[in-house]
Amino acid sequence: MKFALFTGCVAKGATRELMLATIKSAEALGIDFVEMKSAACCGAGVVSEKNPVLTDAINARTFALAEEQNLDIITICSTCQGNLKKSECHIDSDAEYKDKINYVLKDGGHQYQGGKIKIKHFSNILATPEGKALLKEKIKRPLTGLKAAGFYGCYILRPSELSEYEDPDNPKELEELFEILGATPVYYPSRIKCCGFPIIMMNKDASHELAGNALVEAVESGADCVVTGCPLCHLSLDSYQPEIPSLQKKHYSIPILHLPQLVALALGFSPEEIGMDKHIVSTAGLDKILAQHA
Amino acid sequence: MAKFRIKRFNPEKQADPYYEEFDFEIPEGATLLDCLNHIKWNMDGALTYRMSCRSAICGSCAVKGNGHALLACQKQAAHLLKDGSDTITIEPLGNMPVIKDLVTDFKQFWEKIDQVKPYLQNNEKPPAQEREQSPQQFKKIDDATTCIMCGACYSDCQVLAVDNKFLGPAALAKAQRFVGDSRDQATRERVKELSKPGGMWDCTHCAECVERCPKPAEPFYRIKGLMESALKEGVTNNVGARHALSFVNSVKHSGRLNENKIPIESMGYFNIKGLLDLLPVGLRMLLKMKIPPIIHKPIDDVKDVQRIFEEFGE
Repeated sequence: MKFALFTGCVAKGATRELMLATIKSAEALGIDFVEMKSAACCGAGVVSEKNPVLTDAINARTFALAEEQNLDIITICSTCQGNLKKSECHIDSDAEYKDKINYVLKDGGHQYQGGKIKIKHFSNILATPEGKALLKEKIKRPLTGLKAAGFYGCYILRPSELSEYEDPDNPKELEELFEILGATPVYYPSRIKCCGFPIIMMNKDASHELAGNALVEAVESGADCVVTGCPLCHLSLDSYQPEIPSLQKKHYSIPILHLPQLVALALGFSPEEIGMDKHIVSTAGLDKILAQHA
Repeated sequence: MAKFRIKRFNPEKQADPYYEEFDFEIPEGATLLDCLNHIKWNMDGALTYRMSCRSAICGSCAVKGNGHALLACQKQAAHLLKDGSDTITIEPLGNMPVIKDLVTDFKQFWEKIDQVKPYLQNNEKPPAQEREQSPQQFKKIDDATTCIMCGACYSDCQVLAVDNKFLGPAALAKAQRFVGDSRDQATRERVKELSKPGGMWDCTHCAECVERCPKPAEPFYRIKGLMESALKEGVTNNVGARHALSFVNSVKHSGRLNENKIPIESMGYFNIKGLLDLLPVGLRMLLKMKIPPIIHKPIDDVKDVQRIFEEFGE
């Protein structure tokens, strides 16, 4: 399997451990990722607050780059996934709009054709029958005993018409992956809710309450860790966790993993090799749980 | 046989709400509202809910079905039976107090609609006939005008669940209907008001309202329209607007987001309280060497991206 890897900004910045774990797990699985080094930011739903057409044009350029390599795009961020899909939908559903955008792309030597490549999140690929078979074959250390709570990230779920999931109100992809990795999935209502990150600077109290509600629910549902496919959710749930009032009040703390880290752990990598020591909330407790069941 | 698990509450008789189950075969093609009517007319006449048109036009019968807001008359009951389950849970709308059973108090919902001045503001003398709009001008507000005020978006709004001061999706969508109206003359005052705390920039982009809206009003997209209008009007002295401008600027210069710059530029260089607020997380990340690289490298071929920004007027 070979894909064009759209890293997004945060995996190259504040959550470099996500990039590390993605590359390591892909290598171990024999998945070939070609990094899209000249692809621009997806706009994160923010550039479109100022200029929606520009957002679609920048993303059309990204699609054209993948088309030129004849490779499907893989994202490692729910927000990138949702925003790329949104632009794809805007452009593919309006031929005149596509022409307008292609007219501008032409001077850079790019043309977006449409319908040639797919845009998928890394988790979508791992959850295909081929991906699942690959995981089963390569697992070195099943994560037996570990209770993992999925946290999907809004953009990969909603709007549902752009989602890969049959039922975005009740997705099962992360939980199915946890089971394949040997972990026990924890189902709790907040797994499909918002982490609060987009309003962290505009309305910190509300943002923290959103994150806190989800994490309290995960802890009280018996989870040992929360696993997310979105680095923005990771920032909200991990980096800000020590200052979330509802967690402080209950003296709760719960490690937050990127999905590729969970995969890499099962593939035999040590926590340090995949940057788990970079997290704000210690992941040491997870090692103990895994050691107990080894 | 299907099981209808309904949240009941009569404040004159009970201290707390409780669930009651009603079992019967769902008739083929029956909507959830047909089923509620069946219960009321044949099993328990005291069951209380709102309904009127049965055609997804009046917006009266919004309730929660299996945890998510919907119009009871628009949803086939059988479609709520998923994954082999035989149970449909019906509850009153969220983010509002319950009056009785499935009837909620919309008082605050309407107060927030009132707050956005949901009427045309135009001081010019009215023309002899109507104030005209071209089809292109109407297109900008077409979707927002389809709102039927059912409260489904308000019920499931994730921000409202934690912050009652948020105007919420329905009121903001209604606001866009006038901000985008070519005949309205209060655009700037409107977006200024809507840029204050509790307004458009407090939306967390979760798109829950898009999912629950039974019409094309889809509030989140209308909120994005408000943001675009506010920035176009130059109403930028607030965190949300500065965040958007800093983001655009960053992608224009390097093709990527500069995560070190955006928190500071969003808060504003002279916003001491806001900047101090960033300190704890900044220090935590610094101690773990988790901060983004100090030297912010551009993507390859960034010049092409900059050219596209310029072509689209940025």
